[in-house]
Amino acid sequence: MSDLSVEPTTRPSGIDPRGPRFTASVTAVVLAVVLVLPETPATVLIGAQALLFATGVLLGVQRTPTGLAFRTFVRPRLSAPTALEDPAPPRFAQGVGLVFAAVALGAYLAGALVVAQVAVGFALVAALLNAVFGLCLGCEMYLLGLRALRRA
Amino acid sequence: MTGFLILALAALIAVGFGLHRRRVDGRFSAHADASPTTWDHVTRAAPSIEAGERATLVQFSSAFCAPCRTTRVVLADVAAQEDGVRHVEIDAEQHLDLVRALDVRRTPTTLVLDAAGHEVLRAAGAPHKDQVLAALASAGKASA
Repeated sequence: MSDLSVEPTTRPSGIDPRGPRFTASVTAVVLAVVLVLPETPATVLIGAQALLFATGVLLGVQRTPTGLAFRTFVRPRLSAPTALEDPAPPRFAQGVGLVFAAVALGAYLAGALVVAQVAVGFALVAALLNAVFGLCLGCEMYLLGLRALRRA
Repeated sequence: MTGFLILALAALIAVGFGLHRRRVDGRFSAHADASPTTWDHVTRAAPSIEAGERATLVQFSSAFCAPCRTTRVVLADVAAQEDGVRHVEIDAEQHLDLVRALDVRRTPTTLVLDAAGHEVLRAAGAPHKDQVLAALASAGKASA
């Protein structure tokens, strides 16, 4: 039991995989609310979500507000994780989320409501897949993107 | 109104795709061998790696891939336990030509090669240990 609880400090590269899933759950709720709000509050909220994504990209998923909330309020109530996870994939996923949120924000500001909502919808699919199934869609697109864009 | 429609569609797509993935992830199925052999392509791209006497588990990984770590542990475990089975891991980003030649679409992808280096089975997504053991058993039968 004590062996498990010291594991995170002895392997600093690994994070509790439930952290990014908690973040994805919060993201999914925010994006769902954005879709049902009138245009002005939706614009404000997607702007805030874009900032959250940007923190994840710049500081890493452990230092986002939701990452900190997970460590402070959620993690102490859970048992020790069975396996640790590399923080790079969820950080990359935050970047993919940022792209969709930025497109949505731009479209809301330009008055292209449907374009904005479709972009939010794509981000919502990715967030739900991560929250419910632990599946990182952006990470999977990464190899397909490399295959298509870069000559080896 | 469109917002509610998109919300419902997004939820439907996510659940459908997620359930589909849960079903197919890590499942080995028969796959056509590359010409002359898949192993030939692998060694051309990464000459330093060695094949197993009985079978080789070729794992494709990338940096932004959470299940690659789990797969590495499972495949290394099987290779340690099974005589003549070797596990090799290939960084997909560093070997994009190989990735295209063997049509690897996502990471992790695991190829099961027989003693002669022919690809017999492959699975996309993290396989369980019993799935790998069953794949090795059927690969041995196929090439015997």
